[in-house]
Amino acid sequence: MTEKLFARPKSLTDVSTHYCPGCHHGIIHRLIAEVIDELDVQDKTIGVAPVGCSVLCYDYFNFDMIEAAHGRAPATATGVKRVHPDAVVFSYQGDGDLAAIGTAEIVHAAARGEKITTVFVNNAIYGMTGGQMAPTTLVNQVTTTSPYGRNPNFTGMPIKMSEMLATLDGAKYIARVAVNNPVNMIKAKKAIKQAFEIQLNGLGFALVEVLSICPTNWGMSPLEAVEWMEKNMVPYYPLGVFKVPEEVAK
Amino acid sequence: MAEKVLMKGNEAIGEAAIVAGCRHYFGYPITPQTELTEYMSRRMPKVDGVFLQAESEVAAINMVYGAAGAGARVMTSSSSPGISLKQEGISYIAGAELPCVIVNMMRGGPGLGSIQPAQGDYFQATKGGGHGDYHNIVLAPNSVQELVDITVLSFDLADQYRNPVMILGDGALGQMMEPAEFHSSNTGLVKKPWAAAGMRGRGKPNIINSLYLQPEALEQHNIHLQRKYALIKENEIRYEEIKTEDAELVLVAYGITSRIARSAMERARAEGMKVGMFRPISLWPFPEQQLAKSAENASALLTLELSAGQMIEDVRLSVGNIKPVHFYGRTGGMMPSPQEIYQEIVNIMNGKGGK
Repeated sequence: MTEKLFARPKSLTDVSTHYCPGCHHGIIHRLIAEVIDELDVQDKTIGVAPVGCSVLCYDYFNFDMIEAAHGRAPATATGVKRVHPDAVVFSYQGDGDLAAIGTAEIVHAAARGEKITTVFVNNAIYGMTGGQMAPTTLVNQVTTTSPYGRNPNFTGMPIKMSEMLATLDGAKYIARVAVNNPVNMIKAKKAIKQAFEIQLNGLGFALVEVLSICPTNWGMSPLEAVEWMEKNMVPYYPLGVFKVPEEVAK
Repeated sequence: MAEKVLMKGNEAIGEAAIVAGCRHYFGYPITPQTELTEYMSRRMPKVDGVFLQAESEVAAINMVYGAAGAGARVMTSSSSPGISLKQEGISYIAGAELPCVIVNMMRGGPGLGSIQPAQGDYFQATKGGGHGDYHNIVLAPNSVQELVDITVLSFDLADQYRNPVMILGDGALGQMMEPAEFHSSNTGLVKKPWAAAGMRGRGKPNIINSLYLQPEALEQHNIHLQRKYALIKENEIRYEEIKTEDAELVLVAYGITSRIARSAMERARAEGMKVGMFRPISLWPFPEQQLAKSAENASALLTLELSAGQMIEDVRLSVGNIKPVHFYGRTGGMMPSPQEIYQEIVNIMNGKGGK
């Protein structure tokens, strides 16, 4: 008699993803799927996919999905949630999607206290279009549209979305995590689970920012990319829970 | 509700939407349609519906996209500059084949323009508006009663064809008060097994999407859309003809302009001039063959618009180059008086017509 100790979550489809070697999207997808399974809400979950590298995530999640226009996922998710208040609705967005073109939508979804969950994947670059500067690109970071390194005199400083959103009353849970090592993955999963529980308890808006690597567009091996992230991103984008309801914090 | 009530056009649209079973409205204030947004904010909570004032027209149409994708009867409304902002979302809605109703109470343009009535968005509404090969069904009422009837019909057509329906009105229709009675939807709420509403035992996910990375697949999707549009062209032409049988001159006008045109026509008739009027109610699909037939015996047509001349292109395509199609229009929020139109009729009848 053998016991199955590890299996693909029900909430993931059995297909290979298109993500580059080393990319963190796959890990983050899996953590979300595990959480959906553990909360036993697969049958009433509706995900909203972004425009960006994870545009095809509707092929990987095994529940109802809507593909949104670039940046508009929080508005689309709002429409879905207002039709089905009992459903579990989340948006999955990258930094170009959420922190540039979709800034108004994420801010107002949070301000309204929209009872949705957002997973925000921040890899400090536009991946799908081939490595352009994002609002979260670090100072001096070289991209195809900041070929001499990001110059804050002309482009300002990188936006810290979690800190900004945490100032809004409607945002009930805001955390920044990373999936660069097993310990952080466990913490990331816990944060994602809490963000969904906030929604299930009807408390308001919840967002988890996940720092992620982009070896392809950073021009590094996956291992180098993880080191670069730890050395450069984590100091500017500190990990932690920025906002949590008292009853959840315990 | 069979009794007649006196209502403002904008508010009548709101009540008609509720009668049609719409329980989700997402909007943003803009003159001259704000009364509709305000009406929905008052009425929706009374019928357990959702009213949400979005942060922008862009957000509102993407909320509509989400709500429609989740299976709801849903509406948004705006006026010209706001409708421009919604075009991206409308393209996605058309691409993903979602039913919804979009109201445009047109005002003067281009740019910020004015807040007075205009019909300068005809091209935008009937030729697509956003990117890609698609069509909205576009309906143009000319009275408060017709606003009501067409609003209800729009929800039925949207569901039947899984296509956005645009109600193209103008500031004057929205602001004027007339008696109207309300009749409920023909089809009522229909089942939407394709909606992303949560699997709930379905076993297989539904995906709402307009992305087809393989060109072969996208072409097939476009072929499918064109087949649907052909079907709509076949079944959903709407128009009104008045005294066209013996008309030497056929006026062509829609919406509020048709009301003014009719006054001018009646006066010319009373004076013995053989003038008729053809009023397209569906602007897309445009009643091409019906207009051609209606004007068969006429020697000329006069297109009247609150624009510099947009619908006239469809009129010319309909009747061909065999007879003159004259044009008279006012822009910027200016309305022609019946006297002005009458004068145009007289000029054409005397062989001195304009362009």
